[in-house]
Amino acid sequence: MKTFKNPHNYGKIKNASGIGKVGNIVCGDVMWLYIKVAKNKKAEEIIKDIRFETFGCVAAISTSSIITDLVKGKTIKEALRTTKDNVIESLGGLPKIKYHCSVLAVDALVEAIYDYFTKSKKEIPADLRKKHGVIQKSKKIIEKRYEKWTK
Amino acid sequence: MKKIYLDYAATTPVDKRVAKEMQPYSSERFGNTMSLHSFGQEAKLALENSRQTFADMINAKLNEIVFTSSATESNNLALKGVALANKSKGNHIIISSIEHSCIIESAKWLKKQGFEITKLPVDKYGLVNSEDVRNTITNKTILVSVMHASNEIGTIEPIAKIGKICKEKGVHFHTDASQSFGKIAIDVEKMNIDLLTASSHKIYGPKGAGLLYIRNGVEIEPILHGGGQENGLRGSTVNVPAIVGFAKAAEICKREMAQESERLSKLRDKLIKNVLKIKNSHLNGHPKNRLANNASFWFKFVEGESLIMRLDLDGIACSTGSACSSFSLEPSEVLLATGLKPQEAHGSLRVSLGRLTTEKEIDKLVKVLPSIVKKIREISPFR
Repeated sequence: MKTFKNPHNYGKIKNASGIGKVGNIVCGDVMWLYIKVAKNKKAEEIIKDIRFETFGCVAAISTSSIITDLVKGKTIKEALRTTKDNVIESLGGLPKIKYHCSVLAVDALVEAIYDYFTKSKKEIPADLRKKHGVIQKSKKIIEKRYEKWTK
Repeated sequence: MKKIYLDYAATTPVDKRVAKEMQPYSSERFGNTMSLHSFGQEAKLALENSRQTFADMINAKLNEIVFTSSATESNNLALKGVALANKSKGNHIIISSIEHSCIIESAKWLKKQGFEITKLPVDKYGLVNSEDVRNTITNKTILVSVMHASNEIGTIEPIAKIGKICKEKGVHFHTDASQSFGKIAIDVEKMNIDLLTASSHKIYGPKGAGLLYIRNGVEIEPILHGGGQENGLRGSTVNVPAIVGFAKAAEICKREMAQESERLSKLRDKLIKNVLKIKNSHLNGHPKNRLANNASFWFKFVEGESLIMRLDLDGIACSTGSACSSFSLEPSEVLLATGLKPQEAHGSLRVSLGRLTTEKEIDKLVKVLPSIVKKIREISPFR
């Protein structure tokens, strides 16, 4: 609730390095995550800036806000290790029925990083490619389920 | 910060006058109404006096009022009881698509038992077309159930018309009057109603009491078999304190009905006028045929749970028909039935006024709502 009251880092990033869009407005949860990647002093790629835009419930807004706190300043490798449990823990717990919101936040991050790799024409690591595949597949399933509403 | 309650459609506080009336029935006059001794008989007297109150209020006979624990129980009894008692006559039941979940779920269960269920569609205002009722009734139809007024969107259904059609066709007509009883005058004779549900905790009575009016001649199977209470229709030691409270609450409503209806309509209309000034906001339900205390809206690009939580943080309690806030994660069936898309049903806000609502409270809501909607839209990817 504290996070929901004062969400951090919402808004867009112009010329974002990567954008991750997940969720479906018919379901009622949509998250767009923007990342700006830069090199740190050790020449590692880090998430210099991260912003979110969310249409969703208290849990959805909170998980997207907290994930920006969790990964800002981290290297891409570290960021990709973020799990839904990290998100839930940082929020001090979530009701079981809202666990899917934490999954959505992690998916948004994965998609944003995938988008960055694609845009910068870098080689996409195998596990990232796999994760992206899973996310896209479930997106298609949801879109099919709600086809009649989006016509 | 003083909290503001604007969710009277969900439940109401017990009126002080009601609490006072109930008190002796938990302490001195605590007898079981089935006991032959004086303790039992004085409790029985209070029970029968309460029954008379309701019979007078809806123009029914004394033995046509059955007390239950809740509207949910009454609705279960109405649907299942009539279905099971009349299955030799037919197996078709008609309900509307905007009924409360206890009707919908009872109908689902009956479908599993082999009954045919037809759900009548509603128009964009949530109104049932009485001609649809006429055209859907077959020689196998044994019951029609359409609520008097919607708990979600406030629309008042044409139940007198529907009652007349059912009478012509010889089909029993039940109406769930949980939201209308005590607010709108009801006459079961004039409106041709055969069964009616009412709820205590919606009218400033205690939780734990409800009633089902059952016209003489309607065959019905009890759900609770037991000690023969309520003419054998509802086994269970009668909850006298709650029913005495329910009756007192009903009496107060009857007395204050006209005045209260006018007062609340004015406040409701002020609220609606001001909320609709917010960009991309819409009213749910019928603009004229609606409950005096109900104002239901939907806002584009806003999700309902966020909206009510933000309002709650500002001390204002309302409710929503959005998916996130319901246990099933599905958007409100009622809102979808009126033609809203799921993403629109997600952005709904139901404000329901009551006895303690003041103009100041409405003014506060009108003041804070626009900035809350704006803030949520700022975080949203859609504008």
